[in-house]
Amino acid sequence: MSAVTAAPAQVPAAARGGGTLTGTGSLMRFVLRRDRVRLAVWAGSVVLFYAYFTFALDTVFADPAAQQGRAAVMETPAGIVMGGPGYGIDDYTTGVAIANEGITWMVMALAIMSILHVVRHTRAEEESSRSELVRAAVVGRHAPATAAFATLVLAQAVIALLGALVMVGVGEDMGLVDSLGVTVGSGLSALVFGAVAVVFCQLMEHGRGATGASLAVFGLAFVVRAAGDMRELGGSTLSWFSPLAWAQQMRSFVDLRWWPALLSVAAIGLLLWLGAVLASRRDFGGGMIASRGGRADARPMLRGPVALAWLQQRGPLVWSCLGLGLMWYATGTLMPEIGTMIGDLVTENPAAGQIFGDDPSVLGVTFLGVMLLFAALCCAGYAVVVGARPKGEESEGRVELALSTPVSRSRWLGSNLAVAVAGTVVLLAVSVYGMWLGAVSVGWDDQAFGAYSQALVTYLPAVLIFSALTAALFAWAPRATGIAWALVAYTFVVGMFGDVFDLPQWAFRLSPFDWVPAPFTADVDWAHVGGLCAVALVLFVLAFVGFRRRDIATR
Amino acid sequence: MTTTATSTTSRSAAAPAVEIHDLHKSFGTVRALDGLDLTVGTGQVAGFLGPNGAGKSTAIRVLLGLLRSDSGSVRLLGGDPWRDAVALHRRLAYVPGDVSLWPNLTGGEAIDYLARLRGRPDKRRKAELLERFELDPTKKARTYSKGNRQKVALVAAFVSQVDLLVLDEPTSGLDPLMEAVFTEQLREAKAAGTSVLLSSHILSEVEKVCDTVTIIRAGRAVESGTLDALRHLTRSSVTAVVEGDPSAIAAMPGVHDLATTADGEGTRVTFDVDNTEMGRVLPAVGALGVRSFTAQPPSLEELFMRHYGDELAADGVPVRGDGAGADPARSGAGAR
Repeated sequence: MSAVTAAPAQVPAAARGGGTLTGTGSLMRFVLRRDRVRLAVWAGSVVLFYAYFTFALDTVFADPAAQQGRAAVMETPAGIVMGGPGYGIDDYTTGVAIANEGITWMVMALAIMSILHVVRHTRAEEESSRSELVRAAVVGRHAPATAAFATLVLAQAVIALLGALVMVGVGEDMGLVDSLGVTVGSGLSALVFGAVAVVFCQLMEHGRGATGASLAVFGLAFVVRAAGDMRELGGSTLSWFSPLAWAQQMRSFVDLRWWPALLSVAAIGLLLWLGAVLASRRDFGGGMIASRGGRADARPMLRGPVALAWLQQRGPLVWSCLGLGLMWYATGTLMPEIGTMIGDLVTENPAAGQIFGDDPSVLGVTFLGVMLLFAALCCAGYAVVVGARPKGEESEGRVELALSTPVSRSRWLGSNLAVAVAGTVVLLAVSVYGMWLGAVSVGWDDQAFGAYSQALVTYLPAVLIFSALTAALFAWAPRATGIAWALVAYTFVVGMFGDVFDLPQWAFRLSPFDWVPAPFTADVDWAHVGGLCAVALVLFVLAFVGFRRRDIATR
Repeated sequence: MTTTATSTTSRSAAAPAVEIHDLHKSFGTVRALDGLDLTVGTGQVAGFLGPNGAGKSTAIRVLLGLLRSDSGSVRLLGGDPWRDAVALHRRLAYVPGDVSLWPNLTGGEAIDYLARLRGRPDKRRKAELLERFELDPTKKARTYSKGNRQKVALVAAFVSQVDLLVLDEPTSGLDPLMEAVFTEQLREAKAAGTSVLLSSHILSEVEKVCDTVTIIRAGRAVESGTLDALRHLTRSSVTAVVEGDPSAIAAMPGVHDLATTADGEGTRVTFDVDNTEMGRVLPAVGALGVRSFTAQPPSLEELFMRHYGDELAADGVPVRGDGAGADPARSGAGAR
């Protein structure tokens, strides 16, 4: 400041800006070069999702009756939470549905992308001290953050443009301006969360802390919007406190207005200004909020590999239970409306009939069965993730230290798998009973608690096969542990579309879920359940045998 | 404590702490160990020297039962490192060269976890070690620098009273001050009767504390013995300022790398001489009118250079500087 006043010949603002922003251009090129694949995958996935959503709604919900069935679901509390404020609910065409329901998920995906991008290129760089090298060069103080945000804006612009074009191209009756309303509105709303991440990157010392805090802000925005929209159709005052609403309230495809987007722009400007002020006041590598120290001594329970595995896995388990539990609870609350909606769907659309069956009296139960399949698949995914933890421990080099202690290989692997399996069981139980609780809470009691319990017990061995397969692959071919994901994908395709594709019998039989008795409908064939148990057991035994005899991979 | 001491003494008569004979281990077509012999006597500190990729870590991982040997015999504290891994690991502590810690544990928690698995940890001893190594135990492992992660593993190893310490390049990432603390701890452990296998490519570190040294290259031991015995095999470095013309000395048997520079009125001469020829060379130097004279025993750097010199030379690293002694060797070894 004093330097600026001492040199009146210079234009103060330009001198200051030029000083702290020097090098932004080259840093932007560097960011784009470094993240060209990452950004391309994000952009590609989101644009593809716009296309898929448009296509699916156009084909499955083609006629007005099916559209109104969907609209009815979107008027339920769960529909509002997972959807939007409900503009245009009387004439629920594809465009209206995307604007009402799609924006929530688009903003979620784009906000996560924005937060990760900003943290990755600012605080995480500083933390790893790579940024120290860069900042020592001819680069201004604000240049790294500016470059990170500028490249993010660029990426969001490309996504918004391509997304709108794809919607117009794929959809049958989609206007470009309204499509842009959806994509630009979503992009701007997501950028607000990117700007939130910029602020947290100044406050927090560690990248993970900044990411977590920014995601928490998104979570809060999600809840505020949902709570606000629940109060009245079209949203209440409360809704407007959430950046999510600023995209939804543009009323694309109903009565497009652009001014809510200005709220996003204003918020972004304000947050970036705040970030710049904070950045000027802090030291390199420092944060405004000092990071909390942990405990100097381990708690008494930490005295074996089971305790350690639990400490490592409890975070993912708690969050998965919370997230999936709420999702399946919400699905349960949809049950009364779902029968009607699917009934309309099936009469109009033979493809839907092949997925849900065509006996109208059991449609609700069939739908619940399909949802159970989804829930079990999610748990299978979880089983593969936690089942592959030993692999992560090995490639990170931690297993070497762990096995240099008086812990045998079997005990080490057994501890990790025991916690992983227990977590998978808990998650499946939370999912299934979450659905039951949701259905019961809205008075849908076609199926008793016992029927849900039976579904849980019959699905369990099939889900555990995924844990066991991952463990066996880890023991015998650690590099091929990822193959377990192929089985998840295969099980999904067979379970959802096997009948549609008219697959041969043996192809069905390769899917572990095909051996699970259809929930709520058939009598349980316990021989099949026993067979699934046996397969899981054999794979687990193989895992132990293999891991006891092989070399530990070293870095 | 007493039981440990007794068991150590009873063992010393029975078997060495580490006994490797003709050990082979291949990874696919790569031969990592090719007939390695290595012995660590009970209560001894054994240095295990070699450049990166020589097979030091592979040998250590076989000793820990992490890798299965292809052939050869390996005995650790009188047991089989693969079959008796758990029982043996109760009596040893290991520090890898690149410590990776559990990201959601603090340093203090990681130390307690590792120490508790080996037995009852001593809180006072932990506090003392934390202070000596100047380590903050309350930080999460993911925020530690490489040197601090190394300190966590070192504290965890020294906090347990064990019979054998297996240290694989344990000081990488430590500053010289902390290296000194480490050396001091190692001496204390040795005084308590602990056997130590210390792998390193930092030669001065080994020289400071080790009783015996094994030099390994391409998977096999090329030299092993006590430091004194190995020195016997090598040369001394001589620097002298003489009045006469020293060029005749260059032609004497056993004299290598002679270089001269003008130094005031005399000539500064530096050369290496085989210790066996020293008796003949000294009088010849004396005859030239000596103004100053220094002769240094060979450092381990020089032992090392003898065995890896050809390799380094092939890589374009100067094997011998202009009389600057160990410095080029040091930097050459460090760069590898």
